[in-house]
Amino acid sequence: MRELKILAVVVALTLITYWGVEPFAHSQMHPHVEAADFEFENVKEDISDITALTGNAAAGEVLVTTNCTACHAIKVKGFPEVMDHASAAAAYGVTPPDLSTAGKLYDASYLAAFIKNPAKASMVEHKFVDGRAHPMPAYNWMQPQEIADMVAFLQSIAPEEMTNKEVFTNACQRCHSIKYADMKNGTMAAYTPDENIKSYMGKIPPDLSQMIRSRGHEYLETFINDPQKHLEGTAMPRVGLTEASQEQVVSYLEDIGDSKKAQREELGPKFLIYLVIFAIFAFLWKGSKWRDVH
Amino acid sequence: MAKFEKANSVGEWLDQRLNLTTFNKVMMTEYWIPKDINFLWAMGVLLATTFGILIISGIFLMMYYKPDIGLAFDSVNYTIMQEVAFGWLFRHMHGVAASVVFLIIYIHMFTGIYYGSYKQGREMIWISGMLLFMTFSAAGFSGYMLPWGQMSYWAAMVITNLFGGVPVIGDALVVWIRGDFNVADATLTRFFMLHVFLLPITIMGIIGLHFYTLRVPHVNNQNSEEFDFDEEAEKYLAGNKRESKVIPFWPVFISKDLAVLGIFLIFYFYLVFFHYDFAMDPVNFDPANNMVTPAHIYPEWYFLWSYEVLRGFFFDIAGVKAFDVGLIAFAFANVIFLLLPWLDRDPAILPAHKRPIFFIWFWILMADLIVLTVYGKLPPTGTNAWVGFFAAVAFILLFLVLPIVTKIDAKKRGAL
Repeated sequence: MRELKILAVVVALTLITYWGVEPFAHSQMHPHVEAADFEFENVKEDISDITALTGNAAAGEVLVTTNCTACHAIKVKGFPEVMDHASAAAAYGVTPPDLSTAGKLYDASYLAAFIKNPAKASMVEHKFVDGRAHPMPAYNWMQPQEIADMVAFLQSIAPEEMTNKEVFTNACQRCHSIKYADMKNGTMAAYTPDENIKSYMGKIPPDLSQMIRSRGHEYLETFINDPQKHLEGTAMPRVGLTEASQEQVVSYLEDIGDSKKAQREELGPKFLIYLVIFAIFAFLWKGSKWRDVH
Repeated sequence: MAKFEKANSVGEWLDQRLNLTTFNKVMMTEYWIPKDINFLWAMGVLLATTFGILIISGIFLMMYYKPDIGLAFDSVNYTIMQEVAFGWLFRHMHGVAASVVFLIIYIHMFTGIYYGSYKQGREMIWISGMLLFMTFSAAGFSGYMLPWGQMSYWAAMVITNLFGGVPVIGDALVVWIRGDFNVADATLTRFFMLHVFLLPITIMGIIGLHFYTLRVPHVNNQNSEEFDFDEEAEKYLAGNKRESKVIPFWPVFISKDLAVLGIFLIFYFYLVFFHYDFAMDPVNFDPANNMVTPAHIYPEWYFLWSYEVLRGFFFDIAGVKAFDVGLIAFAFANVIFLLLPWLDRDPAILPAHKRPIFFIWFWILMADLIVLTVYGKLPPTGTNAWVGFFAAVAFILLFLVLPIVTKIDAKKRGAL
């Protein structure tokens, strides 16, 4: 009985200390933020006239091919990249994305808001002041029906299924490297060269190889959904991923940054079962040895 | 030279040359331990096991680790964690054991304080133990730096900077420790050497000393009862096992240790597989960047209490700069436990529950250390800074009043 009391004291003191330096300290250092939501509230009002309409993909195709292909590739429709990544980055500040997958990756209402006013939709208006303009011009002069048509077209050409890696390369790799994904060949480097991305973003965006370990699921989910929540004034845009695409990005970060997770979870219980058996035999042996001395 | 006869077995051959039978008796079967002990007396074996885990997992990690600032981060987080078969297991075992070893050291240490095991005749056990604590701290710190993550880089920066506070030679000392004007490649390489060679060798030597110091005064027991070990051992050997107050190390004492070890290993491997992140600060998964400081810099949990004593003094006192006051307090915190046998003025060895005021002193100390540990991690602003200040002052006062407290207890008992 006495030993159990002592054990209870040791466990209680350990747990109090643990609580203090882990959950409590974390709650103090990382204030709680609202959970991720995919409603894009701040631009909802601006596009209410667009979202009320039904888009026409055929009309959208004409608009997209005449307005967007000067800068953007749409490979599925036979529009290759106008120039290589480095030249494009030199021209625009950042390599523009191929639009083949935009309709799948991004939320439809976000796409509409982005076409209408890119800086506002991506929450980086603070970067574009004193005459600096977002590399993608605002199309707020278009009719709501025209924007709805363009969104409908982008959705009509988007693939049904994309792998986690495809989602990542399309949504993130223009700015971010993830070198552990291809450590030997270096093909997972950011498309935009360092010097361009540095002058565009203010610093080189971090390599994402270990983000799943340094930030964790919860942070990544709220951060990707709305970067300003955690880092007010950050140059990182809200990219407007749908909930499903965002989950794929986070899964990809986990596949790369914590590739042995499955092995770990499989091996863990076996270790513990072995140790429980060891402990049982150890107690039986102890009982047999101490019987004589008590 | 002794006479050697033809041996009839390998055992006999070895026995003639190495005297294994006697050695076995002295070290194992007739190494006497008091019977009146609880599971806290198993902490030594737990520590030896954890140290063994650290050495073995460390050897595997060393096969792939690169002590170069350009390669270190990736060699840990990519090569070891993702490419090497079960490299992640060795890393988690090493990282978690490095943290858990301090938990057990603290339990071991406060067990000693509670039962008065540092007193009269057992001073060398206590001193060698505190030397082990210090070398383990140095090993923990030098190892924490090796992955070259953001927190390890900045922790190295903060800790090496402290030596700048040493009078006269401070600035030169900092450069000498770093091997450069900044925490740089030379620093990483020498910390690697310290962590994988010099400190482990030193620790092994002091472990040998710590074990040896137990031989003459013997281990204390739950009631701090003094008895004649030889007399009790004779009773045991004569077959009066129940009357004897001692048990042999092998197999009786060790059987209990192994049972405790079984429970400990379940806890330890649960952490290794399912909760390793408690021992690995997330900030350390960002590569070191000497241009950007982390939002909050704090050491690993086991250093937080002394770190908080250091930074608890955040304002100048009587013309002495806050930094210097903090540094003096920090130095005090790191040597004062070593002097415990002489601060305790009670002539008797008794457990804390038989020394009423010391008993209160002990639990205030525990509470204060927990407060220091928790506030050592929190940002030192507003109320936090003041809590840290008062807890640091309380820590120092506790040791200043200890001689008085222990004397009062002794007087009340009529021992003085």
